[in-house]
Amino acid sequence: MQEKRNLIVAGSLFGIIAVGLVVLGNPANMGFCIACFYRDLAGSLGLHAAAPVQYARPEIMGLILGSFLISSLKGEFKSRGGSSPVLRFIIAFFVMIGALVFLGCPFRMILRLAGGDLNALVGLVGFSAGIGVGAILLNKGFSLGRSYSQSRAEGSAFSMAAFVLVGIVLFLPMLLKASTSGPGSQHAPLLISLLAGLIVGSLAQRTRLCMAGGIRDLFLFKDPTLLLGSAAVLVTALMLNLTTGSFKLGFTGQPIAHTQWLWNFLGMGLVGYGSVLLGGCPLRQTILAGEGNSDSAVTVLGFLAGAAVSHNFGLASSAQGATTAGKIATLIGFAVITLIAFAVMRKQTRS
Amino acid sequence: MQIVDTRGLSCPQPVIETKKVIDTKETELQVLVDTIAAKENVSRYAKAAKFSVSDTKTAYGWSLELKKL
Repeated sequence: MQEKRNLIVAGSLFGIIAVGLVVLGNPANMGFCIACFYRDLAGSLGLHAAAPVQYARPEIMGLILGSFLISSLKGEFKSRGGSSPVLRFIIAFFVMIGALVFLGCPFRMILRLAGGDLNALVGLVGFSAGIGVGAILLNKGFSLGRSYSQSRAEGSAFSMAAFVLVGIVLFLPMLLKASTSGPGSQHAPLLISLLAGLIVGSLAQRTRLCMAGGIRDLFLFKDPTLLLGSAAVLVTALMLNLTTGSFKLGFTGQPIAHTQWLWNFLGMGLVGYGSVLLGGCPLRQTILAGEGNSDSAVTVLGFLAGAAVSHNFGLASSAQGATTAGKIATLIGFAVITLIAFAVMRKQTRS
Repeated sequence: MQIVDTRGLSCPQPVIETKKVIDTKETELQVLVDTIAAKENVSRYAKAAKFSVSDTKTAYGWSLELKKL
């Protein structure tokens, strides 16, 4: 009961913070979008050359450090890794491509829905279908293998990198690229974004909130507990959008979105499919990386690489829709993840 | 009593492994977990499946004793 209450309280706070960040300057329906934030971060580090999407989003560093600090305080920080890091990197790479074809991670999908963007509803159907396929494979014995205890240095290296990046953002911002127009140029004040990340990171660590886990648990165990967190985000953000007048119901003219239903469906389908096999959505992976899980840290590096390739090779969608390269990459993503799934299941039955 | 070793497995595999054994009509099992998330998830599932859960802290994490109510 307490677990459910905590999830609802945390989800509601996330909804409030997300809408608040948009009011303070973040792009519309992008109070929190883990995929978009990694895309902007990749751009600010010079990993891709798309000028409108370059900004070292402090929310991301806040999430990692919030999780790191609270898990260390509560004795839950645990250095572990070694569960198929390269396969995780590849799956994460394609999860990011799927997210950028849809134009958002599961968190933004919920926020888009709360803003009245019905394309996100198509995305949600695809996301659920992808989770369903992943859940079947999990039931059939899919496993990326066990992780093992690692040195404290290995588990905390990623959080230390986030800490250094905060220092660069605060004191040496000239080292980073920053958009002067487009989504990358729209952001809430730096310290508020950092604080928002720290709060969301701490609460997500405590509650294990996961945007893919809720639907997955419902499919696998008929357990709606985790889903309450996502539902609370949706309801709170929806109510706030309605009261502030930023709710606009429809398919067309939605901010940073396109109306090609097939590619919204397949893009989020790929995100759901990959997220379930990775053991959590992009937000959850970020939180686990802060808790000392170096497999999740490698997963995050996969997100950054996926974002960089998406924007360097024209895979990411725009308001006009998905690109041909993006469509091909999405289909390749399904094929590669399926190949990985069958490869690890075969290995399991052999051993 | 059957022992289910879920240490080091990603979410939700600890619950899936536990569920597979419970589905064989096993009435008593010991589940080894090494993260709090796995401990919470396995405990929640076991209680929903009408099992009592008692946990013991170990060097690697926890040992959960599940008994059919």
